[in-house]
Amino acid sequence: MAGAAISIVDVSHGYDQLPVLAGVSLEVPPGGRLAVIGPSGCGKSTLLSLVAGLEQPRAGRIAVGGQEPARERLARCALMPQDDLLLPWRSALDNAALPLVNAGVSRRDARDAARPLFARFGLAGFEDTAPRRLSGGMRQRVAFLRTLLAGKGVLLLDEPFASLDALTREELQAWLVDALDQEPRSAIMVTHDVDEALRTCPRVVVLSGRPGRVVLAGASADLTRDDVLEALRS
Amino acid sequence: MRRLAWIPALIVIIAAWQAWIDLRNVPDYVAPAPTGIGRALWDGRSTLASETLVTLREMLVGYTAAVVAGLAAAVLLHRVGWLRGAIYPLLVASQSVPVVAIAPLLVIGLGFGLAPKVVIIALVCFLPITVNALDGFASAPGDLRRTLRTLNASPRSIFWRVELPWAGPRIFSGARIAAAYAAIAALFAEYAGGSGGLADSMHDQLDTGLVGAAVVLLACLALGLFAAVAVLERIAVPWAREG
Repeated sequence: MAGAAISIVDVSHGYDQLPVLAGVSLEVPPGGRLAVIGPSGCGKSTLLSLVAGLEQPRAGRIAVGGQEPARERLARCALMPQDDLLLPWRSALDNAALPLVNAGVSRRDARDAARPLFARFGLAGFEDTAPRRLSGGMRQRVAFLRTLLAGKGVLLLDEPFASLDALTREELQAWLVDALDQEPRSAIMVTHDVDEALRTCPRVVVLSGRPGRVVLAGASADLTRDDVLEALRS
Repeated sequence: MRRLAWIPALIVIIAAWQAWIDLRNVPDYVAPAPTGIGRALWDGRSTLASETLVTLREMLVGYTAAVVAGLAAAVLLHRVGWLRGAIYPLLVASQSVPVVAIAPLLVIGLGFGLAPKVVIIALVCFLPITVNALDGFASAPGDLRRTLRTLNASPRSIFWRVELPWAGPRIFSGARIAAAYAAIAALFAEYAGGSGGLADSMHDQLDTGLVGAAVVLLACLALGLFAAVAVLERIAVPWAREG
């Protein structure tokens, strides 16, 4: 457990009488990226909520940066949901800078801090554009920058490209890998896309159907698409 | 063009109304003709103008009090969960108390000046604002609130930066409904005690032309306030209209 950015040990969780996760254990090393793949309803998003400290597991232990209390996990994790959830009344730059403003930074300083990232990550010229005028892919980029600007060591990406068309998704997967290489963070990415999991993360964990339990874990380089699909069917 | 569609509709209604009065020889004391109302408006223009200003002042002060009180109540009930459970049903129930029942008490307590009228108008108008604001605060997506908690946001900043702006369109919906009530609430208030407003021109129910003239002016006040709130809405929450 010591030394891991994220450590999940024998975690079970559920809602009312419905078990959602059953005895899940996994680790993410500092700066590591892990893809969690599984069928719909297997508890992938719940796992992210638990890691982020938004919920407490019914059983098992979760530590982020060695800290187990929910408040400490919340202080170390930033969540990127499936929908971009950008605020329509704020410009793209103000949306991205929101975590800094939330942290008490003045709006001007927050915008100044966010602006260089727009230039570096292909959004230059769109700083003052309203979210509704951006394409789906650009909105997801802004949402990712917003997550990055929270200044947390751990990023939790919940099917970040699920709402995009195939071409844009592929383009953004490459963009994400590049972005995380430039701005290294420990990350868990939840997805139901096998290719996306293998392409974007060095390690992959496959969860079974509800209640989700780990049925396959390994390095992406050692796994084939068929290995993952077979595990998903098991 | 659709925005001006009310003009021909109004002309048709007035023409049909005038035709009904003329063709059926409806006497003045039963219903005023549009021409009779027009005549009353012209003949009593000086008195009606000063009465309109009095009623307008009551409306604006009462309506502003309703907006402030309605929003304050909504914020309080939203932020303090147990208070919402305890007070919200009572607020809704309070609307079933007829204004005519409490108006005399307010006049006894607050006198014949502006104060009881402001309270009556605020009582009639505040609930749509409170209910719509509360629904608006709660309508911010749960996923957004959860995400923002991981993006350094405190409950207070989630309220100010997300829930309040998110509720903007609904707050304005409530404010527009309240604006439509404000004129009739002002009339209730004037009937309850003291006046100088348009209620004075409605005391003689047999002078239907003058009553009609006062009703027309009251409708204009309601429409004017409604339109002013709609304009303010366009300025304050342009993103809601642009979708």
